[in-house]
Amino acid sequence: MSLAELFAERAGDYRAGMHHCTEEDLPELLGRLLAGASKVVLPPGLPGAWTAALTAPVLRDGLAVGPGLLTAAELDQAGVSVLTACAVAIAETGTLVLDAGAGQGRRLLTLVPDHHVCVVHDAQIVADVPDMIAALPDPTRPLTMISGPSATSDIELNRVEGVHGPRRLDIVCVH
Amino acid sequence: MSRGLPIVAVTPFPVAAERELGDAQLRGNLGRATRTIREKRARVVAEVADWEAMRERAAAVKDEVLDDLGELLARFEAAAVAAGATVHHAADAAHANAIVTELATAQRAESVVKIKSMATQEIGLNEALEAAGITPVETDLAELIVQLADDTPSHILVPAIHYNRRQIRELFARRMPGFSETSDEPAVLAGAAREYLRRTFLAAKVAVCGANFAIAETGSLVIVESEGNGRMCLTLPETLIAVVGVEKLLPRFADLGDFLRLLPRSSTGERMNPYTSIFTGVTAGDGPQRLHIVLLDNGRTHVAQDPLGRAALRCIRCSACLNVCPVYERAGGHAYGSVYPGPIGAILSPQLTGQDAGFNKTLPYASTLCGACYDVCPVKINIPEILVHLRQTGPKPAAERVAMSTLSWVMRDRRRWRAALRAARTGAAPLRALTRRRGGTLRRAPWPLSAWTAHRDAPLPAAESFRDWWRRTHEQA
Repeated sequence: MSLAELFAERAGDYRAGMHHCTEEDLPELLGRLLAGASKVVLPPGLPGAWTAALTAPVLRDGLAVGPGLLTAAELDQAGVSVLTACAVAIAETGTLVLDAGAGQGRRLLTLVPDHHVCVVHDAQIVADVPDMIAALPDPTRPLTMISGPSATSDIELNRVEGVHGPRRLDIVCVH
Repeated sequence: MSRGLPIVAVTPFPVAAERELGDAQLRGNLGRATRTIREKRARVVAEVADWEAMRERAAAVKDEVLDDLGELLARFEAAAVAAGATVHHAADAAHANAIVTELATAQRAESVVKIKSMATQEIGLNEALEAAGITPVETDLAELIVQLADDTPSHILVPAIHYNRRQIRELFARRMPGFSETSDEPAVLAGAAREYLRRTFLAAKVAVCGANFAIAETGSLVIVESEGNGRMCLTLPETLIAVVGVEKLLPRFADLGDFLRLLPRSSTGERMNPYTSIFTGVTAGDGPQRLHIVLLDNGRTHVAQDPLGRAALRCIRCSACLNVCPVYERAGGHAYGSVYPGPIGAILSPQLTGQDAGFNKTLPYASTLCGACYDVCPVKINIPEILVHLRQTGPKPAAERVAMSTLSWVMRDRRRWRAALRAARTGAAPLRALTRRRGGTLRRAPWPLSAWTAHRDAPLPAAESFRDWWRRTHEQA
């Protein structure tokens, strides 16, 4: 099994929505996944092509040091989705790693909205956690490892998706 | 409800365990929960080919931390300060509470949002904040349940493991403002907690967290969680205060490679927990702009002096040992009288406080020494060995000391020993006749032997010793 296949299987186990496409089909697929959003939050540094087919109004976040930063209240409105890239992904555990780099933005952006769409390219997928650490350009940036949607097992150890983080996580694998 | 210090048992373990065993609901909930999590853990651990090698490496890294604690703390502090954090050192619980309370007061905070943290429970931070007029809000779902119920946690990882869904719905209906759900589906209850806490998160000025790991090399803190309440606390408030036990250090960032594979599989039985946050100091425009790290000793450097007992400080609070322990599964967390229950609690609490504190000296006996805890421990803490070590070094009742020294006197001399055996055989002869049908065991002995027979049968001395048997069957021939 290739790393990309293992990643897709393991991330799917967390009940994340899994989608596959080519670079060429990506804008259209993203447009479809985000068609129901009231607004789509976009971090700085996202490739322009990704947003070409978006129909919902967009909210662009500024650079972390500068004007135009979205507030938590803006992100908390009903129906807001966020679209990001990731820094690395881990096949063994189906984990996305965001490091606040280009196309990922501040940690807040992928936390407060109820729906997160994250794009992963095959070349970004590594085997396991040690490989992920080796692949990080700078481990002292704020890092968030995401394995499926927010969940709790606090009530009778039943896994329930969706507590405080985004209740829906869609992962788009670009092959 | 009166409570002692969070890691001091106010009741002897056998008494508390007997009380808890009377709660059939608790036993049912615990049995179901621990069985589920045991099976999940076994499944995901079996997936990892080099699990045993990983345990070895992790134990070695933690021992390295205990060997070089002073130097690594200095390195962590230098790196964290360089990244914009302020580092404080707290010798004990009172000291740590005073630091956190003062920091929260300086921000004029009326409340603080909290991430579930064993260190802050250990020091009784919530009580200290309340005494200073600051409301601590637990944001982990299970901790929220426990806080709403005015109860104490009963499990390290799943603090509300002793509540079932029906009990939680009733509790929310009684104590959670605005709750009006009639369903007790876990998804509905979790949704209610989301609504209830969201306003609080958005308005919070100060958050308090612990840390699963602190990296000496980079000054980074690592927080492992599931719900996203941790991420809320780590990114929304302007001020973040982390209370971190000094043993949480790892020397190098790369050490996380093993620990982040070991922890989720051992604790929740997942390949990976939903969210792990790793952050280093302050990042402009992203997350809290004031970060305070309180490095907590509270008995740890003292425990680190004990060559055998110090392995308890390797603990990464995964709670795998609780879920496999036959004593924990039946007695539950409250019987241990400490925020650290189960096998790890039985070696950690008495060492952190000293065995003379409260009834902590009874905790090393809260075990059958079956060793299941050692088998599952991701950092290979030999818990049974430390339990025996603590029994040997702990205070003992006067009667036991007298009995043991008498026995030692009898056993030191062959003639005395033989005479004692003969006396026991003769004395037990009539009883043997009476108990023949039960295989020569006594069900109820008079005081003080009743302490033994209250929970088990006592075998009578054999009619003939091995020595006599040998002489009769071999030497006379």
